[in-house]
Amino acid sequence: MLESEGVDSIFGYPGGVLIGLYDEMAKSNIRHYLVRHEQGAVHAADGYARISGKVGVCLVTSGPGATNTVTGIASAYCDSIPMVVLTGQVPTNLIGNDAFQEVDIVGITRPCTKHNYLVKDVNELADTIREAFHIARSGRPGPVLIDLPKDVLAGTANFKQPKGPVTMRSYNPTVTPNTKQLTKVIKELMKAKKPLIMAGGGIISSNASQALTDFARKLQIPVTTTLMGLGAFPGSDDLSLGMIGMHGTYRANMSTGDCDVLLGVGVRFDDRVTGKTDTFASQAKIIHVDIDPTSIRKNVPVSIPVVGDCKATLDKLNELLTGENLTEIPEKRAPWLKCIAEWKAAQRLAYEQTDVIKPQYVVERLCKITEGKAIISTEVGQNQMWAAQFYDFDQPNRFVTSGGLGVMGFGLPAAIGAQVAAPNDLVVDVAGDGSIQMNIQELGTAMQHKLPVKVVILNNGYLGMVRQWQELFFGKRYCATQMDVQPDFVKLAEAYGATGLRATKPEEVDEVLKKGLAAEGPVIMDFVVEREECVYPMVPAGAPITEMLLV
Amino acid sequence: MSEEQHVLSILVEDRPGVLSRIAGLFSGRGFNIASLCVANAASEGLSRITLVTQADPLVIEQIIKQLRKLINVVKVTDLAEGPAVYREMALVKVSAKPEFRAEILRIVDIFRCKVIDVSAEHYTVEVTGDQGKITALLDLLKPMGVKEIARTGVTALSREQRNGN
Repeated sequence: MLESEGVDSIFGYPGGVLIGLYDEMAKSNIRHYLVRHEQGAVHAADGYARISGKVGVCLVTSGPGATNTVTGIASAYCDSIPMVVLTGQVPTNLIGNDAFQEVDIVGITRPCTKHNYLVKDVNELADTIREAFHIARSGRPGPVLIDLPKDVLAGTANFKQPKGPVTMRSYNPTVTPNTKQLTKVIKELMKAKKPLIMAGGGIISSNASQALTDFARKLQIPVTTTLMGLGAFPGSDDLSLGMIGMHGTYRANMSTGDCDVLLGVGVRFDDRVTGKTDTFASQAKIIHVDIDPTSIRKNVPVSIPVVGDCKATLDKLNELLTGENLTEIPEKRAPWLKCIAEWKAAQRLAYEQTDVIKPQYVVERLCKITEGKAIISTEVGQNQMWAAQFYDFDQPNRFVTSGGLGVMGFGLPAAIGAQVAAPNDLVVDVAGDGSIQMNIQELGTAMQHKLPVKVVILNNGYLGMVRQWQELFFGKRYCATQMDVQPDFVKLAEAYGATGLRATKPEEVDEVLKKGLAAEGPVIMDFVVEREECVYPMVPAGAPITEMLLV
Repeated sequence: MSEEQHVLSILVEDRPGVLSRIAGLFSGRGFNIASLCVANAASEGLSRITLVTQADPLVIEQIIKQLRKLINVVKVTDLAEGPAVYREMALVKVSAKPEFRAEILRIVDIFRCKVIDVSAEHYTVEVTGDQGKITALLDLLKPMGVKEIARTGVTALSREQRNGN
């Protein structure tokens, strides 16, 4: 059944109630990746899903196996990643008895899954699995959990391969947008003097980046992307404004405060993007395209709501544009683009490389050396923001980050999953010294399954992002953010049988990167960087997005 | 924005955990449930939940969208959008001392309710009507000493169009 859903890779960890299933799986064509901690399995399935475009699958045992998946599931839910999580459960006759390794995982994960199931009858198993995959991958994608009691797994049923599309009475996401709304959108954008597009993760999950690029170029509308939308529009394009939000570029944030029409596509106006919502683009008419109706008018008022798949919508918009006269667009757009160019010239993302390694420099060199072509996963904190700011993403599905939930420890297992999905691509986890220790054990997984992920640690000996807030808003009182005791990451890599390298001086950065990226197998590169470097620009939490702290 | 009371009629699949999904949605997102009434619906395998909530219009919109997003929810209707009939039932255990008995029976008669249990000291009164009627009855019975109240919460259905209209 799993094979018929196109599953070829599963990330998992066995346990008491799953021994039978594992025994069967060994006979199938499915490749199983044994992780070192169940959280790693979910993040790996997440990374796998993003890069492969398929549903990520993980398999864990009951009780602690199941509870260890919760963080990963919540992260996938926030980031709308299609995933099916299979958890073992105690036999049905023991459910509710506080049995050994029993936990109500369906109850626990109800608010952080798109849907979940407890299968009590083996005859319902096949249909449930099919429904789960359908729900996970359609509409706004998300994680679906199926809880499988041991006796259901051991039971037999007359198996008939279900055929045809899944039809559900109560679940029919709106894919095709309303044409009347789209006509209004075109009218509004043709009229606009200072339009702006804000593109998010929805563009990436619906494969709409080409359609978006065509649309923006035709109408000469500048595009900013959210963290999740990096790569949705080519970063090197003249119309690209870079990332918006708390650590967004000066020009992106300023444009938001000055545009007359803001077209948000596949975004959810998260607080890290909007800052103070009352002032966010309050001068503009907001058009919002999203497949999830709950995202629309949740955080900001919207003039023209469009419910639909991003790709279907942009395709249709492009089609409608063929009937419009676009010859005057470049002339009409010139003053707005000039204004943006001035903002760009006034404040660039910048840092000063001194005799200590700057973390931004490491990311910039990484981008140069990999020609911007690597798949980059990140942990969470300063490392994540520097990776987002200083690595140029020209393509979608290259940047893998825990955007919504912000899970430290995400990057390494996600890189592992990404590597499974793209065995021939270079996969690099940009990490901090704090985050990497949250799931460092997954280096064992990478070694065992010969997945040559590379880890770049921007090591400042602090929990850098919290330290930055302490510096800026709490009088430099660095409470509980100093990592006084650290492992020697080079020796740690070697202990796992991986390669470990270190750079302590700026002139060593290139050499370590080149050597590390070229080395066979997993590599940890430890960059000892400026300890108290901050991420700029920064919008203090809750402040208007145009009020940035600059360097 | 000012808060409004809305009655939502929610048709759901009759499956284990569905009520918990809805209740969890309200608690997790800080929405408010004023009353809740659940029972089987006309078609097999479906239940109707009548839920009363109070919020400003934008939050009401969000509540309805979030409910529709739940996989087991088949249909959500905001009964404020059209004509509807609302009913609630309450059982009221009221102290029935000899000097009050006649008065209680008079009130029961006026409100067209029923005494469904009688003991030496108490009457239990069954009342059906809209919320206003039940509140009015309770106000009148309070001086006699109301011992316990069990209310069902509002249940409701939208009105069908009348012939010729």
